[in-house]
Amino acid sequence: MNVITLSPFDLSLAALLVLLLAGLSWRLQLAMERKLLVAALRTTIQLLLIGLVLKVLFDNAQWWWVSLMALIMLLVAGREVMARQQRRFSGWRGYGVGTSAMFVSSFTVTVMALIVIIGNDPWYTPQYAIPLLGMVLGNTMNGIALGMDRLTNGAWQQRAVIEARLLMGQGAMEAVSDLRREAMRVGMIPMINSMAAAGIVSLPGMMTGQILAGTPPLEAVKYQILVMFLITAGTGFGTMVAVWRGARCLFDERDRLRLERLTGA
Amino acid sequence: MSIPALEVAAGECVCLSGPSGAGKSLLLRAIADLDPHEGRVWLDGREARDYRPWEWRRQVGLLPAESQWWRERVGEHFAEVDDARWQALGFDRETLDWQVARCSTGERQRLALLRLLANRPRVLLLDEPTAALDPTAVQRVEAMVAAYREEHQAAVLWVSHDPAQMQRVASRQIRIVAGRLEEAA
Repeated sequence: MNVITLSPFDLSLAALLVLLLAGLSWRLQLAMERKLLVAALRTTIQLLLIGLVLKVLFDNAQWWWVSLMALIMLLVAGREVMARQQRRFSGWRGYGVGTSAMFVSSFTVTVMALIVIIGNDPWYTPQYAIPLLGMVLGNTMNGIALGMDRLTNGAWQQRAVIEARLLMGQGAMEAVSDLRREAMRVGMIPMINSMAAAGIVSLPGMMTGQILAGTPPLEAVKYQILVMFLITAGTGFGTMVAVWRGARCLFDERDRLRLERLTGA
Repeated sequence: MSIPALEVAAGECVCLSGPSGAGKSLLLRAIADLDPHEGRVWLDGREARDYRPWEWRRQVGLLPAESQWWRERVGEHFAEVDDARWQALGFDRETLDWQVARCSTGERQRLALLRLLANRPRVLLLDEPTAALDPTAVQRVEAMVAAYREEHQAAVLWVSHDPAQMQRVASRQIRIVAGRLEEAA
């Protein structure tokens, strides 16, 4: 493989474009320049740090280091899911529902892919395990955040209808069935859209990166297809589990709609 | 709010009145087990928590002041049609094809009563069931509730603001004042 190494100078040239954009934003009074620069700085520092972490991790391929890394990724993703909901469950439910669903789906899908499909020895070889988990987790996080946001917001807006259905003698899960279906759909749409557009409208970032780094296109494409399928499965299953459990948490054991369990309620 | 014991006999109609915000709707919601509460409710000597939630709400039917619909057409909310009852409220089988969004508030309120009665509840909790109706429709609804009460020996708790109506339909009248129940003569 002929990787063309990027020098700090190369990166500064790209950074110059961001600075230029910030300047224009300031000139047009978009008030975005501060956010833009902070975000660019964060990206640089975070990625450099993760590069260092990965380098250390690759040199010490012990299972406990990989597990620790995976755990940290999961916990941060769980926080992000919570932060992205307008009305989220308060207390342990707010963190637990999304995070546990993410854990169940992302970890199952990734571990399965590592053992059955990639078949490295040991299966948790960090060079494969961490990037795969990262991609599956990142997308599952999006799906769950979207689905849960729709579920909790919908329950808030449609509470009169949900209660009317309860009053007609429907069980909690039946009374909320339409909303639950809608929330699952919302969580899965972005993934399906990106699969449909892949290769025609957009060249996925992972594949592009691999090609830029010198991998033959057909090899890169195969990995991209694998990743797409894993991401879709992870996102789909994760969203279903989260919305399913979230819907249950909207009600108590007497099938009463308990919206006071949501914050901002 | 703390409510002393209130008993409604089978076939009896108790009217409940009181100023706005006194907690009439809240009381009905608590009886239907829609909100958490510290009270205890029995039906035929069996406590509410011994029923499954949906069993309880089918037998103790609450008609909210504002009706809610979750499908596009009227018919999708009904499993069966009692022709006599539908005609008595001015509807027929063609009504099943109506779009809910095009029904007037009064039509929706009458349809909601038919929807509730189709469950054959043992108890009716009616929250101002005639508030949006013209005088003819009010009469029809009153007659229908009376007939249902007679036929099924149902207990009725009826929230109303209209003294004349209470005179017509009530076996007994109760007022909620400052969180207390007062029996009216």
